[in-house]
Amino acid sequence: MSVLIYTENWDGKFKKFSFELVSYGAAIAKELSIPVTALSIGKVAEDELKKLGKYGADKVLNVNDNRFNSIDNKALSLAVAKAAKAEGAKVVIFAHNNLGKALAPRVAIKLDAGLVSGVTALPSGYDPFVVKKKVFTGKAFANVQVDADEKVLTFFQNSYEPVETENKVSIEAFDPQVGDEEFATTVKETNKITGKVLLTDAEVVISGGRGMKGPENWGGLEELADLLGAGLACSRPVSDEGWRGHEEHVGQTGKIIAPNLYMAFGISGAIQHLGGVSSSKFIAAINKDPEAPIFEAADYGIVGDAFKVIPQLIEAVKEL
Amino acid sequence: MKILVLISNVPDTTTKIRFTGDNTAFDSTGVQWIINPWDELALTRAVELKEAGAVEKITVGNVGRQTTEPTLRKALAIGADEAIRVDAEPEDAFFVAIQLAEVGKDFDIIMAGIEASDYNGSAVGGMLAELLGFNSVSAVSGLNIENGELIINREIDGGSQVLTIASPVVTIVQKGIAKEPRIPAMRGIMMARKKPMNVVSPVEAKAKTEMINFELPPPKAACKLVDEENAKELIRLLHEEAKVL
Repeated sequence: MSVLIYTENWDGKFKKFSFELVSYGAAIAKELSIPVTALSIGKVAEDELKKLGKYGADKVLNVNDNRFNSIDNKALSLAVAKAAKAEGAKVVIFAHNNLGKALAPRVAIKLDAGLVSGVTALPSGYDPFVVKKKVFTGKAFANVQVDADEKVLTFFQNSYEPVETENKVSIEAFDPQVGDEEFATTVKETNKITGKVLLTDAEVVISGGRGMKGPENWGGLEELADLLGAGLACSRPVSDEGWRGHEEHVGQTGKIIAPNLYMAFGISGAIQHLGGVSSSKFIAAINKDPEAPIFEAADYGIVGDAFKVIPQLIEAVKEL
Repeated sequence: MKILVLISNVPDTTTKIRFTGDNTAFDSTGVQWIINPWDELALTRAVELKEAGAVEKITVGNVGRQTTEPTLRKALAIGADEAIRVDAEPEDAFFVAIQLAEVGKDFDIIMAGIEASDYNGSAVGGMLAELLGFNSVSAVSGLNIENGELIINREIDGGSQVLTIASPVVTIVQKGIAKEPRIPAMRGIMMARKKPMNVVSPVEAKAKTEMINFELPPPKAACKLVDEENAKELIRLLHEEAKVL
């Protein structure tokens, strides 16, 4: 028996979030008195795989098979399910991101498991198994009871502090024996976002709304984001107007993010927008309108003109 | 090609979220029900593909009681040709997927929203694909059909891809799949009244999860305001007090 964690690498490197997932899984495994297995699909050096042990993995299963690079959901979920069965996984944990959301439901069906997606905390009970998840796009939480022996969870980024441990980890090559006929996705083109901090990974997010008045006014926000190593985001009207790409849209129908700090410039804070950012640890808002609803969600605020404020903030950050 | 668009009936996204019965149930008093925003975008794209001649027929599918019919009628008014409603309470994603698998076998493309805006499950599309033995593509932001081949744009973590895949397939769609949701025209609303609303009985299935109770986020402390002329103070507070910079 084990807790199985699906880890993702990025050009052979794990992100902090993978360590967070392993730590979270290790805490569950401890309660269940069973070991932790991390599954890594793709080419990752042994030293990098060993890092998963530092966060609580007892074993790493490494699948090194280029066919999985096409991100074929059917083939990948079969590989994960085979690993889960080989390890006798009681709980399988994915990230609540594009890939995790794509694979978890399929794996849950294969394992006849109960699925809870968007989990934000450790289970509050194990018999019965009860875990908390976000509902209504962050406007509420639900405690979900799973009535199945096996559980599949997708876990919300930035909800658990990774803990380092002294763990002896074994690295094993694993061949899930997925036949060629399972692969049906032919990738014609891949565009990776390079040189920018990924919005869903960013610890600080700088975001602009309609109050920024036009795409030509983003220079200050970009400079601030660069200085802080922050991700850039925008509100829905901004992406609808085409001022910024829709991959930057955060809110109910865009991306849901949970950075340590969300800084909103010229965003009024409609309920749909807040849904996408309300899990941020801190929110700072800069808006001309003192009645803007963003101030109800914000921890810090400036009632004022973003164009006056931004240069001062840039200066202050340079002095840090 | 035949498309099935899955429709979730959800509270309007501006709804103030409240619970009743000692926080065990969502309080639907006075709530306006709508087509889940992503499902609406999926349907819009399906209608566009039909108008372009690439699709013969659009069916919308839902698991719900009769109260969801106004939402399905709206989908018909937008341009779907028929609706299938499995007459059951949608207990959880697994239960819903089992029901939809009964009615979804004969479609070339099934479109599902990336999540429903109420319980944010992101589950039914993938589960349905698995149950039907179909492949699935997630975070789809573009869908085109050329000579019977599906050309799909999808977002991956940290980028985007263009891919091709054979039908049958479940596409789980997000923003970008259609520009704006289509608003039903008067003619569409009139026609929708005459379109088939097929009500089918559920098959036996047992939910695997149950939401036992709900919580609202803890109330926020009052916002600490900094003067516009002294904006540098904000950075100091974020650095020294909040410790996030």
